[in-house]
Amino acid sequence: MLGKLTLEAIPYHEPIIMIVLAAVILGGAALVGFITVKKKWAYLWNEWFTSVDHKKIGMMYIIVALVMLIRGFSDAIMMRSQQMLASSGGQGYLPPDHYDQIFTAHGVIMIFFVAMPLVIGLINVVVPLQIGARDVAFPFLNSLSFWLFVVGALLVNISLGLGEFAKTGWLAYPPLSGANYSPGVGVDYWIWSLQISGVGTLLTGVNFIATILKMRAPGMSLMKMPVFTWTALCANVLIVAAFPILTATIAMLTLDRYLDFHFFTNDLGGNMMMYVNLIWAWGHPEVYILVLPVFGVFSEVIATFSKKKLFGYTSLVWATLVITVLSFIVWLHHYFTMGAGADVNAFFGIATMIISIPTGVKIFNWLFTMYRGRVEMTSPVLWTLGFIVTFTIGGMTGVLLAVPGANYVLHNSLFLIAHFHNVIIGGVVFGAMAGITYWFPKATGFMLCEKWGKRSFWFWITGFYLAFMPLYILGFMGMTRRLQHVDNPLWVPYLVVAFIGAVLILIGIACTVIQIAVSIKNRKQLQDTTGDIWGGRTLEWSTTSPAPFYNFAHEPQVSELDEFWEMKERGIEQEAKKPYAPIHMPRNAAAGVIISAFSLVFGFALIWHIWWMAVVGLVGMIATFIVRSFNYDIDYYVSVEEVERVEREGRERRALPSARTPNDTVVQG
Amino acid sequence: MRKSLMRGALRGLPILAGLLMLSGCDAVLFDPKGPIGESEKSLILTATYLMLVVVIPVIFMTLWFAWRYRDTKQSKATYTPNWAHSTKIEIVVWGIPCLIILALGILTWKSTHELDPRAEIVDGGEPIEVQVVSMDWKWLFIYPEQGIATVNELAMPVDRQVRFHITSDTVMNSFFVPQLGSQIYAMAGMENRLHLIGSEVGTYDGISASYSGAGFADMHFKAHVMSEGDFDAWIEKARGSSKVLDDAGLAALKEPSEDVAPTFYGQVKPNLYEQIMAPYMDGMELGMSDDQMRHMKKGGMHHDSAEDGMSDHDASGHAESAMATEE
Amino acid sequence: MANNAMTSHDGAHDAHDDHEHHDTNGLKVFGFWLYLLSDCILFAMLFAVYVVLSQAYAGGPTGAEIFELNFVLVETALLLASSFTYGLAMLGMNRGDSSAVIKWLMITFACGAGFIAMEIYEFYHLIVNGQGPDKSAFLSAFFTLVGTHGLHVTVGLIWMALLIFQVKKKGLTEVHRGRLMMLSLFWHFLDVIWICVFTVVYLTGVML
Repeated sequence: MLGKLTLEAIPYHEPIIMIVLAAVILGGAALVGFITVKKKWAYLWNEWFTSVDHKKIGMMYIIVALVMLIRGFSDAIMMRSQQMLASSGGQGYLPPDHYDQIFTAHGVIMIFFVAMPLVIGLINVVVPLQIGARDVAFPFLNSLSFWLFVVGALLVNISLGLGEFAKTGWLAYPPLSGANYSPGVGVDYWIWSLQISGVGTLLTGVNFIATILKMRAPGMSLMKMPVFTWTALCANVLIVAAFPILTATIAMLTLDRYLDFHFFTNDLGGNMMMYVNLIWAWGHPEVYILVLPVFGVFSEVIATFSKKKLFGYTSLVWATLVITVLSFIVWLHHYFTMGAGADVNAFFGIATMIISIPTGVKIFNWLFTMYRGRVEMTSPVLWTLGFIVTFTIGGMTGVLLAVPGANYVLHNSLFLIAHFHNVIIGGVVFGAMAGITYWFPKATGFMLCEKWGKRSFWFWITGFYLAFMPLYILGFMGMTRRLQHVDNPLWVPYLVVAFIGAVLILIGIACTVIQIAVSIKNRKQLQDTTGDIWGGRTLEWSTTSPAPFYNFAHEPQVSELDEFWEMKERGIEQEAKKPYAPIHMPRNAAAGVIISAFSLVFGFALIWHIWWMAVVGLVGMIATFIVRSFNYDIDYYVSVEEVERVEREGRERRALPSARTPNDTVVQG
Repeated sequence: MRKSLMRGALRGLPILAGLLMLSGCDAVLFDPKGPIGESEKSLILTATYLMLVVVIPVIFMTLWFAWRYRDTKQSKATYTPNWAHSTKIEIVVWGIPCLIILALGILTWKSTHELDPRAEIVDGGEPIEVQVVSMDWKWLFIYPEQGIATVNELAMPVDRQVRFHITSDTVMNSFFVPQLGSQIYAMAGMENRLHLIGSEVGTYDGISASYSGAGFADMHFKAHVMSEGDFDAWIEKARGSSKVLDDAGLAALKEPSEDVAPTFYGQVKPNLYEQIMAPYMDGMELGMSDDQMRHMKKGGMHHDSAEDGMSDHDASGHAESAMATEE
Repeated sequence: MANNAMTSHDGAHDAHDDHEHHDTNGLKVFGFWLYLLSDCILFAMLFAVYVVLSQAYAGGPTGAEIFELNFVLVETALLLASSFTYGLAMLGMNRGDSSAVIKWLMITFACGAGFIAMEIYEFYHLIVNGQGPDKSAFLSAFFTLVGTHGLHVTVGLIWMALLIFQVKKKGLTEVHRGRLMMLSLFWHFLDVIWICVFTVVYLTGVML
């Protein structure tokens, strides 16, 4: 009846997990109780869960990402403390069975359920506003994408209390992830959480390419697109090109595990090297899916706060395109030690190095944007400066790893771990923090408290260097990755320093949480009534903060790059005198939530081999799609009166005091 | 606030430099005991210096520009809000990275061929053959010429190259003695080769550098580099062991075990290594002679797959080996 | 095709239409092309894997031993015919003749269903003969590549049945025209994929 699922699946014997579970259940119950008492369910359902508004979906992505960041970081600090405690012969407090799940979950969560939603969330909030559109091309699909992603995140978290997660490392190389060596449900959780959220990501890719290519405001030619939009476009092209590879690869692993196929098994002709090739053919572009949009964030931030045009827009765009293309011909550098010939290894090594050229050019572009500017030291700028320094170091160690001869000794060591955290934390995390701080007023109408933002930055960056510089050294000292315990007293001091660094990062994360709480509490003092709190350059700053649900009452007409800046220079009256017209908008849709709920049932059932339930989930998904296809009333027109009312309120808001106006140089805390 | 920016940003660098210096003495990769490790060390250093040519100025410029052009009411620095293009700067920022990458690219091409794990080391002497099998969770070393085998203990004579034939009887592992140089993956049904020399007598740590499951953390061994005389004595000591690695011995070894103490086998069933690989090779090996087996492993390079990396493997996969016998 | 959608706009909202609403079907078709692109990559991966594993018989049967070219030729003919009849349905749509659309879609459906039935028969036959996908990497790759195409055709059939029903009920509305165009792209795309399957798997397999 319930397949492999029995009461034994609950890890009673693991006190740590049981305490966490209890906390999660109590916390969850408290939250549910609070919402019920406050009678907010209808509000949440109508205004958020079923919303197809790109700004709300974007915010929900970011909220879930921050929650998952806490989960992923708990794993990180457990790993650092375990390695510290078990570095001179002891076994620490996490047995291999648990430790191996933790490092797998950490990687999976941080990449798929933190970094990806942070980036996709920012793209959602910002891109339609930047291109002067009223929504994305396919608003319903956008909602579906988000909820499928939530299902993936839920499955990962369910594995904590029911069964286990994969013990294979985040990319689940076979044959270790095959049925012979990993008979439990851990890998199945991995499979279905990635497969379901991956479909969502693919839909996002399709959605945003169509949005950017087809829905730009009149006059915005490709070379007048803001840089963030450019990088978002390239990232989404990479999604559409790379995620099918992941889908196919995981599907084949699934067939191996469930139906005794032999794609990647040791026996009967299977070839595990093929898996490694395929997974990295997706995995390397994935790195650029994450990092390209944050390059865009830094470009926007540095130009705005230097009060200066972005230096070398054209070369920056070309650099982005070059990276996009090259990212598909470097995947083999993830396994030079597999034994490919010298020609092949050298080719992929050099191809990888070539990518560092356009990346380096970008860094120079940001530098020369500051040059002869007026750089305002807001927290987004601090994150950007921290990024440039940190990412440059990470880039250097990356190129070093791309030299096959050096890779032969550095591969799989803690040097590698330090390298990719160097670029992912220094790049994606810092970029997401900069982007969130920068666009927060646009999404919510009030800015984030700068004082706590800067505290967060200083803890993050100090913590980062303390946590990861020792890992570079440990790599040189011959320490390999994923060790549950080690016995080398020489390594202990470095592991202690790394642990202290992790604690500082924890404080940095706490500062962010406090920052959000304090800002919500002080939202009146922190409000942005101008709509253009930083003195922005691009179209999103031309509408009110928060942007109305239809974004723009009049469709913007674009004639320049940095259109809004030019508008301000030209002194064009922003209060358009033109009469308003009805605005065509999509209706909210529950189908995205319902389909995703069925996909959760489907995924869960397959993990536990509960076949009847899987059928229910599948039929439910298809039936919901069919029912939705009979709903022809999916959009409506916002009346002129409604537009007038919203715009009037926006104008009235402008009369109120603002925490900051475009001309301010000093940011209030 | 601004002061603390500079302070904080500068704080990172001395820490980095200090830690790097501290590590010098204990870092095994900077204390190689063989020519391969030696070349890899100098390769790491050369590449790093080359990159520092651009990295240090970038970090310096970042901090300097941010400080020089910071926004203050009384700032006297030049402000050109519309300046956004300079052909000269563009040429420099594209040109210099291109030149450095060109230099690195040449270095990469040459060093990758010189350090090809498959290539015999010039002047390394007649190679000693060692067959390496990764198992759950221990290393089996077979010395086919000497007819002995060990678990989790490796010995090699000083200044003489060893040709490792590396495979796996389980999931993927990576055979690695950091102080001697290059690591390489061990994969079932495929053979990788690695040539190493130990040029200084001593005992070095050997590990699996690729996670392979529950017992992974204890999957290490000692690599002893010893004089010819000591090596012969070591072989004799192994021969003296009463343990025999035959089918029964192999079956016992195949049982997963963790933290396994070094074990010697005085006798090894002939072609045991091939026997270990056989079940993972399509079942085509039945009734095949050793020569055919060897031919199979060496032959069959097919470039018809979409992934060059894969088809170019010396560790010819099952698919290729099957094809070789078909032909 | 996108132009057809725009010229036959029903005009209800023309008075106050914004630029983005004109082109709803055009936008959807564009998005659908993007999806097809990603699907193309998915199939490309499966083809690559098949080619790599195409000789990994592991003691099991070879392609030449299990493929029956005549049978597959009939399958191919059915699918090609269905592409043609779908084209006729689209011509009907452009004339605004909904009964012709329904008629040709039903014929297309019948051809597609026939194709799927034959494929299921082929798979069933192999599995009961002990030549299932669990026997060798080659068979795994074969079943997966051909089966994935079959799964796509099945999804197309469900979609087609739905559209037949909807067109019957509400006629050739703007929304339905958009859907018919997208299904048309999907159906022809699957045809192209099948030509590749036929060449790479069956023809090559029989020759080896």
